[in-house]
Amino acid sequence: MPNITYQLPDGSEQTVDVPEGQTVMDGSVRNNLPGIVAECGGSCSCATCHVHVAPEHMALFDEPMDEETELVEFLDGACERSRLSCQLIVSAECDGARVVVPDTN
Amino acid sequence: MSGRVVVVGAGHAAGTFAALLRQAGYDGELVLVGAERHLPYQRPPLSKTFLAEPATQWLREAPFYVENSITVRLHETITLIDRVAHTVETSLGQVLTYDALVLATGARPRMLDVPGCDLPGVLSLRTIEDAAALRDGLAGAAGLAVVGGGYVGLEVAAVARSGGVPVTVLEREDRVLARVASPALSGILAAHHRGRGTDVRTGADVVAFEGDADGVRRIRLADGEAVDAGTVVVGVGAIPCDELASRSGLLCRGGVVVDGAARTSDDAIWALGDVTVRPRHGGGEPMRFESIPSATEQARQAVASIMGKPSVEPEVPWFWSDQFDLKLKIAGVVAAPYDTVLRGEPATGSFALFHHHGGRLVAVEAANANADFMAGRRLLASNRPVDADRLGDPTVPLRELALA
Repeated sequence: MPNITYQLPDGSEQTVDVPEGQTVMDGSVRNNLPGIVAECGGSCSCATCHVHVAPEHMALFDEPMDEETELVEFLDGACERSRLSCQLIVSAECDGARVVVPDTN
Repeated sequence: MSGRVVVVGAGHAAGTFAALLRQAGYDGELVLVGAERHLPYQRPPLSKTFLAEPATQWLREAPFYVENSITVRLHETITLIDRVAHTVETSLGQVLTYDALVLATGARPRMLDVPGCDLPGVLSLRTIEDAAALRDGLAGAAGLAVVGGGYVGLEVAAVARSGGVPVTVLEREDRVLARVASPALSGILAAHHRGRGTDVRTGADVVAFEGDADGVRRIRLADGEAVDAGTVVVGVGAIPCDELASRSGLLCRGGVVVDGAARTSDDAIWALGDVTVRPRHGGGEPMRFESIPSATEQARQAVASIMGKPSVEPEVPWFWSDQFDLKLKIAGVVAAPYDTVLRGEPATGSFALFHHHGGRLVAVEAANANADFMAGRRLLASNRPVDADRLGDPTVPLRELALA
């Protein structure tokens, strides 16, 4: 099962297994990691699951749809590596991927 | 803090609170007592996907509660709070002591007190069971009538219509969403529903449900007209379940009154979600918000307060609704007086209505327009002055208006 590492708002790190086909958000929610609120349950509505993907891992995930890009643009702490983690579907290639959870969700 | 936190309720607010409390490092006992038979689940999808095969979206899967030492007592209620002894009594007669008590008892659908309101086929929508009953009803029914053109009613109408069901919406006021949306949005949405074949009637005052032992057949209106329907969904608002709080002497005013830390009039009791009357971002009369973002925000407030952590920044209220192809997002409180600027073109299905007063934004209603919605939310949070002309000018980038 792919391992994903989350750098949490307090600076600590957690690495958890995320089954293929689930999202980076799912992995955080299931393990009750702080920072990703995910209040809409993963429907790309609420923008409370913002993460920064490590530069070398950006290509592991599908490109964002306009819907996501528009939400992210206006978030605090947004940058070119910003994604909504509910849209980051984990595949076998994602093993070892790293995301930073900003303190703004 | 150790000891025991007892949560009355096991819905979305309660489940979110429990997860956040553990995230914050609370290591005492944590007990949820819920009247329903289910672990906390996502309620918003019920009115958006009820025709699909039942696929409950759990807030967290069952192992989560075990792994996080959260005791969930289902199909049980709290019948008594002893605020002096810091105990609650459950419907099974068990007495639990608490160091902090959290009321998350939610709200229940308001029913229409008219003849025939208890006929089979006259439904409301709040729970998993309600959604299943609605799905079953529509499978064989001649048609659906939705009483009340609020957000839940319109979502139900849109889903049923998309599934090929003949649908009538009966709204007592002169427009749908009369109490919660701008006249402009009401008009656009009514047209959107009518364009897909739904019979949307305003000024329609329901005086009776008529039928027989097999169930409802038609709805009688005050003007004498009859509307045929094999299934009826009544969506005329919700009543906060504040009886326990009220009986226990907590300050209630159309819901449990809480402060910006989600604390009630008792220092050891907090309240969250649909049952609360809460302060608003930017001031104004406290009000009840029936929305997930409000419940989540209050869960964070209560956790901070109980754990003795810094209070959380107040958030701009918002919620979402899906109707046909429109993903609606509304931020702020749509309450007069205001002027409205339209950005985008409703006919394309992507537009935003910016409502402003005194040079400040008061609310934004957006459909398939995430950038407009997010820009509006930022403007509401910062309360910075807005120039209505520039807001309505599509050549002025939103970034410039909200971020520059």
